[in-house]
Amino acid sequence: MTRVGLIRLAVIAAAIGALELACRLGLINHRTIIPPSEMASTLWTLLASGAINADIQRTLGMIALVIALSVVLGFVAGLVIHALPRVREALDPFFATYYAVPIFIFYPVLIAIFGLSIMPIVLIGVATAIVAMIIATLNGLDRVPRVLTKVARVHRLGRIKTAVTLQLPAAAPYLFTGVKLAVSYAFIAVVAAEFILSPAGLGRDIADAYADFNNRRMYALILFLLIIATLLNSALHALDLRWAARRTGGRP
Amino acid sequence: MTATRRAADTFILVLVMLAVWQALHQIAGETALPAPIPTLSYLVHNVATRRFAENAATTVEEFVYALVLAYAIGLAIGVWMGAHRLAGAVGEPILVALYSLPKIVLYPVVLLIFGLGISGKVTFGAMHGILPVALLTMGAIRAIPPVYLRAARTLRLSPGETIANVLLPAALPEVFTGLRIGFSVTLLGVLLGEMFASKQGLGSMIMTDMQLLQGEEMMTVTIVLFAFAAIANAVLLWIEHRLHRRV
Repeated sequence: MTRVGLIRLAVIAAAIGALELACRLGLINHRTIIPPSEMASTLWTLLASGAINADIQRTLGMIALVIALSVVLGFVAGLVIHALPRVREALDPFFATYYAVPIFIFYPVLIAIFGLSIMPIVLIGVATAIVAMIIATLNGLDRVPRVLTKVARVHRLGRIKTAVTLQLPAAAPYLFTGVKLAVSYAFIAVVAAEFILSPAGLGRDIADAYADFNNRRMYALILFLLIIATLLNSALHALDLRWAARRTGGRP
Repeated sequence: MTATRRAADTFILVLVMLAVWQALHQIAGETALPAPIPTLSYLVHNVATRRFAENAATTVEEFVYALVLAYAIGLAIGVWMGAHRLAGAVGEPILVALYSLPKIVLYPVVLLIFGLGISGKVTFGAMHGILPVALLTMGAIRAIPPVYLRAARTLRLSPGETIANVLLPAALPEVFTGLRIGFSVTLLGVLLGEMFASKQGLGSMIMTDMQLLQGEEMMTVTIVLFAFAAIANAVLLWIEHRLHRRV
């Protein structure tokens, strides 16, 4: 490991150690924060007992569903919008403002419309994640070399065949950026929606534990979600690096 | 693109959104989602009511405090990590990792530390804003040509003077991008904070309206917040473009 990496590890370890020490010495009230070691041991017990398996499945399944819907529909929408320059021009201000407005405040409106089911959560998740995918698709398609479209025309490829065999691979790096954003937006939106108001799920579990003053359970669940989010983000980051290496390595 | 065409596009976009709203109204029914026109007339009549004004004042107060904190802390971290090479190399991945975490799971912790009052929501809002401000400020300062710093050293400027007269003006356009993004995510953070375990503010007003089936008021508050965020972003974007052109 590099020197910088070692220092970073030391900084993180020192931060966790300081928190542990402050909790053990009573500088931080046990009712406010519990020691990190206790969070980890409670999480271990929870996982081993299988008590949170149903909620884990529900939340992660919902996130996976939102990611799949956003990526597929976002790519298709991007293809369609790219093919219609006039529509795209009109939508430009919409895309430019989309992530500047708090989309999430529509969640209560969606609950009012669809009731307290998985529907509002999936919809708010897709609404948050899909636009990043659309924007990334448009970006990617803009950068597909003109010669490829000409090749497609020479070979008389149909619209769908052109999209799948030429445009998709050529725009892949940009699409991957979209996927990455969609994954983190889906995660944030689903957990936030569950936390604010939902029938079940890990977010709801944390909110319940908070309301019951069950700090051990609450901190264990928070730790679990933070670990999952970190793993997910580092996996995507590693994939990104690998792709970048292959892209530059493939060309002389 | 001409300005009239742009205005026409925006107009059509608004019309399409109203049409979608009307269609959802037909599906969902009167109590769940009122139609656009009754809601807009409700908006005109009721935006000045006491209840709305009080909640809006709370939200504005929390937002201003959160924004000041986010900007102050974000700029401080950004300048430090941008100017100090080792701090930046060590800290950047940590900041990026924190940025992509769902901060909502930490909200109960914030509430346990700061209580249910205004300070919890302010802290939560600031938590959202600090990271983009810090990351973009750091990037902006790193991108400053080294010759500017050499000139500052030749003129024997103190560290404070160097920051105020050289680093900040040179980095301003990109720093401003950070401030703009910080603005929107801090607003989101404050509203999220109000939606959970809060009795005051526009975010909690939406939640109460949803539970009491006050569709018109819920949509009114949502639209006001939406419009505020969109207009603020447009103004900030306009300033940002001017700053970029100036350099």
